[in-house]
Amino acid sequence: MENGKRKLALISSRGTLDWAYPPFILATAAASMDWEVGIFFTFYGLLLLKKDFKATISPGSNPAMPMKMPFGPEGFQNFNWPIPNLIANNIPGFESMATSLMKKTFKNKGVASIEELRDMSIDMNVRMIGCQMTMDVFGFKREEFIEEAEIAGAATYLEFAADANVSLFI
Amino acid sequence: MNDLKVVKTLDCSGTLCPIPIVKTKKAITEIEVGEILEMISTDSGAMPDMEAWARQTQHELLESHDEGETFRFLIRKTH
Repeated sequence: MENGKRKLALISSRGTLDWAYPPFILATAAASMDWEVGIFFTFYGLLLLKKDFKATISPGSNPAMPMKMPFGPEGFQNFNWPIPNLIANNIPGFESMATSLMKKTFKNKGVASIEELRDMSIDMNVRMIGCQMTMDVFGFKREEFIEEAEIAGAATYLEFAADANVSLFI
Repeated sequence: MNDLKVVKTLDCSGTLCPIPIVKTKKAITEIEVGEILEMISTDSGAMPDMEAWARQTQHELLESHDEGETFRFLIRKTH
């Protein structure tokens, strides 16, 4: 903790749309409260630093996910569609449909997009560390990631997190 | 809130967490110390979150009003 500032250290390990929100929401909220913030993006979380980030959701692996419609009267929008997991898991195109419905619902409700939250994080000097080892394992190139990201390993994150007030694995 | 002179009004209506506090933080940097920012929000979580934000940033939350579906805050920039 430098300059008496509180400090938040996050590990972002998942790259789907739903899991992309928590690290960016917490990071921007903490930065808005004058906290120093750093995020270590590792494994599938590393995808959140890609220039052409396109996150989807996976209803098949989230059986409790509510299925809501982003249009129509309020009662219709609030209805939770009982989609059997057999369908959510096996119908081609279901994931992309569910993804676009969720994005639309979020937009209608006034939730920022992941791209917007990431831009805000950059504006507020959130330190973003992309995992070098993940890059090597999945064969990514440095040019595929935003310039604001620094590429480093576990030791770099741990040094940052060592005196954090709050640290979370997401 | 009559005798308090608002120098800037920020309308965050229609946005949800964390946008109201992100915008409030940005707006507070755009006014001078001692001046007052008015923030309007329709986020149901705005009341506790603005109180927490003010405690953390140590700006002074002068007034908070729950006007049904709208919340209105007056914040004095302290530093």
